[in-house]
Amino acid sequence: MARLHLRERIRDRDQAIYGILLLAALLFPMVSLFVSGGSTAYIAQAAHAGTWVLLAIGLNVVVGFAGLLDLGYAAFFAIGAYTYALFASAQLGSSPLHHNIHLPFWIMLFIGMFVAAGFGVLLGFPTLRLRGDYLAIVTLGFGEIVPQLSYNLPQWTGGINAIGGIDQPWLPAWITGPWAGADNVAIIQNGSCRNPLDQTHFLPCFSFSFDPVAFYVLIVILIFIAVILVNNLYRSRLGRAWMAIREDEVAAAAMGINTVTTKLLAFAIGASFSGFAGAYYGAIFSLVSPDDFFFIVSITVLVMVVLGGMGNITGVIVGALVIYFVLNTLLPSLASTAESLANTLGFTGLNTQQGDWPGLYAEVQRMQFLIFGLILVLIMLLRPQGLFPSRVREQELKHAAVQEEASAVEEGARA
Amino acid sequence: MPEATENILELTNLTKRFGGLVAVDNVSLHIKRGEVFALIGPNGAGKTTLFNNVTGLFTPTAGRVVFDGRDITGSKPHQVARLGIARTFQNIRLFDYMTCLDNVRVGRHVRMHAKIWDSLFKLPRERREEERVTEEAMELLRFVGIARQANQYARNLPYGQQRRLEIARALATDPKLLLLDEPAAGFTPQEKVELMQLVKKILTRGITVFLIEHDMKVVMGISERIVVLDHGEKIAEGPPDEVRKDVKVIEAYLGKSA
Repeated sequence: MARLHLRERIRDRDQAIYGILLLAALLFPMVSLFVSGGSTAYIAQAAHAGTWVLLAIGLNVVVGFAGLLDLGYAAFFAIGAYTYALFASAQLGSSPLHHNIHLPFWIMLFIGMFVAAGFGVLLGFPTLRLRGDYLAIVTLGFGEIVPQLSYNLPQWTGGINAIGGIDQPWLPAWITGPWAGADNVAIIQNGSCRNPLDQTHFLPCFSFSFDPVAFYVLIVILIFIAVILVNNLYRSRLGRAWMAIREDEVAAAAMGINTVTTKLLAFAIGASFSGFAGAYYGAIFSLVSPDDFFFIVSITVLVMVVLGGMGNITGVIVGALVIYFVLNTLLPSLASTAESLANTLGFTGLNTQQGDWPGLYAEVQRMQFLIFGLILVLIMLLRPQGLFPSRVREQELKHAAVQEEASAVEEGARA
Repeated sequence: MPEATENILELTNLTKRFGGLVAVDNVSLHIKRGEVFALIGPNGAGKTTLFNNVTGLFTPTAGRVVFDGRDITGSKPHQVARLGIARTFQNIRLFDYMTCLDNVRVGRHVRMHAKIWDSLFKLPRERREEERVTEEAMELLRFVGIARQANQYARNLPYGQQRRLEIARALATDPKLLLLDEPAAGFTPQEKVELMQLVKKILTRGITVFLIEHDMKVVMGISERIVVLDHGEKIAEGPPDEVRKDVKVIEAYLGKSA
């Protein structure tokens, strides 16, 4: 296939959004460091937001591609996080196992992925015969069971006390980068940071040690990889099979698609991204608690997917970022913004407590989620298909065979 | 490889009951390789139910379905498709929000080999397969005459083209036997003529055609043998001319004369 001209590339909306997102991801740390005078607080926020982007990309495979409504997605997130937490902290030492296990983050990232995928299959196997609403209810139940289990198995999960002191990811000294500041040099002598070629000598390691910039770089790379992989799947035999099942399961089966295994794969792959995100989440907070995985997490991710544009990866990424921003920046700052706005406009009376009126600050704070709801309703009214709905794949338009055919037919018609 | 039998499909005492209702009642028939075989009958005679029993959407209550010398009674739909039976639906069932090209490529699914790892990492053999399948799909769209619509959503096609797309999608599975469920329903006379030509073209690909059709002109025009169902029972079988004169058939369609 001939290389596409730059203009055509830009005309392709998705490519343009990918370009903008990538550019923003690269510029963001520098700009935010500059604007905030060296503070990494914004970068830390962005590194957290990345977790949600990963989750949304994964759920999009299940809900957007295959059309399976999963209301318990947070369960797989929890499974990924707990998998990392158990094998990268002192938790197993106080469990019936009585032995600490410290596996490196980079390996656990994949183990977390496979464990979550395994649970996806385990849950999917008996339930995927169900359709629509019934499947949603069963996944909802699963989503409730997992945090409850982690509450009630304190000898393994720490229960309500959570698992803390989770290991940070580390990089060997020879992979230095701008994210590994000099103060982050740490010689880890527990054996996890040995030179693989020379087992007797220890090398200094660069630990992430809560450095948000390092986590930011890590999550950008993870998302980048996830986007490429999911895009590949979307444009493959399996991706088409998912969409066929979403459109018409009976017809899909009549075309030779094994609907059960295909749906299982959607579940497993969706879950594996969640496991991926879970391991990252455990590392960045160094704490995994059952409270982090309740129903509201599943729903938030689902909102991100639906609002961004189900089935469209760029839409889902933007949706995740928008919702994260609204929930974590816009809403919390709303009350103080309203207060100062009232002050500058001269309505200082609004800010003082009088009788039943609790003052503007408290009132706005109370209405936070009403406002959140209004924002959601508004977006869905204005763009019912999501911010960036999936469209006919423009890629296909460019396929040489198609173009040839179209021009041949047109020539035939003219002749 | 089972020995090539003369009959591509044999139904033996096929019965399908839904509770007390007998939709298909003890029907036996056989379809010869390379012929056009028609199944006709009044509304509610059990024609589509019979199709569904053959393609695995239903499991027969009793009886056997033998395809190409192989017992496929009770097989799953995707297994039946893999063995080489493709079908279209009476009420068109396309993948509405997929392009025509993708609809046909889904049909090719069962003849593709890419595993999940090949797709995840876009390995060269997966790319080659995708390119090949796209070519094949375009060829099929050309075959049924809707190549120009390749990039449109299936739901945006006019009715007649949707029927053609469904046939292209079914052909993409490389079937030995093609089941067409009322392919000419709602067609203009001109479209019916075109459909008959298309069916003849399909035959030249070495595919046996088994169709349900109401339109007698179409049935008489292309089929070599006909079976008539009424209330789930086979009431007549034979070449079109004989069946047309059959008293039972006339009664089934027009009612008994007083």
